[in-house]
Amino acid sequence: MEDAARLLQLVVNGAAAGCIYGLIALGFVLIYKATEMVNFAQGDIMMLGGFVAYALVAHHGMPYWAGALLAIAITAAFGFVLDAVVLRRVIGQPQFAVVMLTLGLGFIFRAAAGITWGYDSVGFNTPFTNKTVNISGLILGDDNLSIIVGTLVLCAVLFVFFGKTRVGVAMQAASQNQLAAYYMGIPVRTIFSMIWAISAGVAALAGILLSPVSMIDVNMGVLGIKAFAAAVIGGFGSIPGSLIGGVIVGIVEQLAGYYLPAGFQEVTSNVVLLGMLILRPQGLFAERMGKRV
Amino acid sequence: MRYLFRTNYRQDTALWKHSGDLFWYGLLLAVVLVIPMVMGEFYVGELGAVFIFAIAGVGLMLLVGYTGLISLGHAAFLGIGAYMNSVLLSHGVPFVVTLPVSGLFTAACGAAIGRPTLRMSGLYLAIATLAFGSIVGTVFQKWEAVTGGFDGFAVPTPYFFGIVLDTANGIYYTSLVVLLFVLWLSANLLRTPIGRAMVAIRDSEVSAQSMGIHLAQYKTLAFAISAGITGLAGALFAHYVRFLAPDAFDVLLSVQFVTIVFVGGLGSIRGAIFGALFVRLLPQFIAIVRDDLPFGIGRMPGLEPSLFGLVLVLVILFQPGGINGLWLKIKHWFVAFPLKRRTSFRRQKSYARSERLR
Repeated sequence: MEDAARLLQLVVNGAAAGCIYGLIALGFVLIYKATEMVNFAQGDIMMLGGFVAYALVAHHGMPYWAGALLAIAITAAFGFVLDAVVLRRVIGQPQFAVVMLTLGLGFIFRAAAGITWGYDSVGFNTPFTNKTVNISGLILGDDNLSIIVGTLVLCAVLFVFFGKTRVGVAMQAASQNQLAAYYMGIPVRTIFSMIWAISAGVAALAGILLSPVSMIDVNMGVLGIKAFAAAVIGGFGSIPGSLIGGVIVGIVEQLAGYYLPAGFQEVTSNVVLLGMLILRPQGLFAERMGKRV
Repeated sequence: MRYLFRTNYRQDTALWKHSGDLFWYGLLLAVVLVIPMVMGEFYVGELGAVFIFAIAGVGLMLLVGYTGLISLGHAAFLGIGAYMNSVLLSHGVPFVVTLPVSGLFTAACGAAIGRPTLRMSGLYLAIATLAFGSIVGTVFQKWEAVTGGFDGFAVPTPYFFGIVLDTANGIYYTSLVVLLFVLWLSANLLRTPIGRAMVAIRDSEVSAQSMGIHLAQYKTLAFAISAGITGLAGALFAHYVRFLAPDAFDVLLSVQFVTIVFVGGLGSIRGAIFGALFVRLLPQFIAIVRDDLPFGIGRMPGLEPSLFGLVLVLVILFQPGGINGLWLKIKHWFVAFPLKRRTSFRRQKSYARSERLR
């Protein structure tokens, strides 16, 4: 009984961490599906979102919910501008130019955050900090539960958005066939910028949800590397796949930290990633497409 | 202005396009040979480091600039070369043997990791090499029996027939010799069918394949050569730092290597050397002007990586040819004076090749 409870707790903690990876991976996948760019600065955008929320809540005294929503909106606007001003210029250049460009942007974001908010870890009070619920003997942190619930809510919102709204359907169209979307009168460039905005907003949400669990600091963007594992497991083109991939990575990581000797936990996500790429590079949920030459 | 008449097919693959090339490069070599006799030890040491980075840069240039594959894990190969060299030296193997052996061993590692990962397209390769780099970094930390873990590893002094090599001058000349060898190797490699196959793969995989080029084989070969050259640089790097710490070979270093390639100018060996000069000398330059900068910018902790990031972003946005491209433009201005036109270097409209349908 003791062991089962322990295991369950590890799984829930892992799922919570995995939801964060999944949310970052979701940002990668949204952008990749639409523009075939991969944003290596996604983790750093999450960091920026976390810091903005910290500034609003801790310094400007806003209530948590309002501050969080405003921070998501600000980060989303930032994502929009980033695409419109910087990323749009490199459309058509080789893919690794974009990889390096976003890596460079990530370094700039880190320095900018360091100058503005300092290099120390910070945190702010959330309704979930240091609270636990006891579900029939299973003690779970509110912070972890809030991550899982927040992710589920976001999924529902995105599902409705992409399926039911005009803009969402236009986004799907633009990512499936740009040329056809142009002909249908969809402003593809603006749509791409909006996709960047959504993915930046999702990253900000991840940063805010993560803040009660671990502090916000300049280097939290490193999590982005683990999110790659999540995205790859999901097949780099599937939105539910990336979330499931994230949860898998999170749980495996927790279990590895508990059962394997120290030091293995840090590399688990990388090993899972490499193994996945070698054994099944198309991921678990990818659609197969052929190419005619 | 010099007109080159093509009278012979051999001319297209000649190492020196004309006698002027030979003269200027010879002059450069003479200057480089004399430098340690006129400059202080600090500058000689720094230039030695530039050479080491240039070696790694040339290795990565063959991969990124000529084969069109990206690697974000080359710091791992540098580390493998460095540890291999130092461990062998500490077992009493002479330096003349350890240097090539560490290069070959790293090339084998590159082939081993390249074979499974190179089936992937550009983006996946970037992610896979990133993961590989961080796994190797962790191995360096945890495999204490060999690497000494976080206690570090004191690199034994290398001897070359009785001459101590890890003085500033020794490293300078050793790296220069290795750099010249690597330059000779890669310049010749690019003239062979292997080199042309690599360029073909970069320009279009589909057409390369239909010309009978075995993609996986040539990609693995390019990856192994690139890794091997980086391993050579690693062996020299060990003597430059003299004390190996496992966290020196992290993602940041890999990004620095790719910065060398991008800032130097993709697709030119010369670019790798420009890039190495830039990457090594920028921190020195920052250190010199640090106290004179206004508003305490010089005291900012993250100054160096952010400047690298900024330069990288600016180069990719405004000068995709890198320093080498800039040099070609300046040269063209003088050669064609006064006939330079604004359209001479206008960027053509380009389309990204989709990697999705494959």
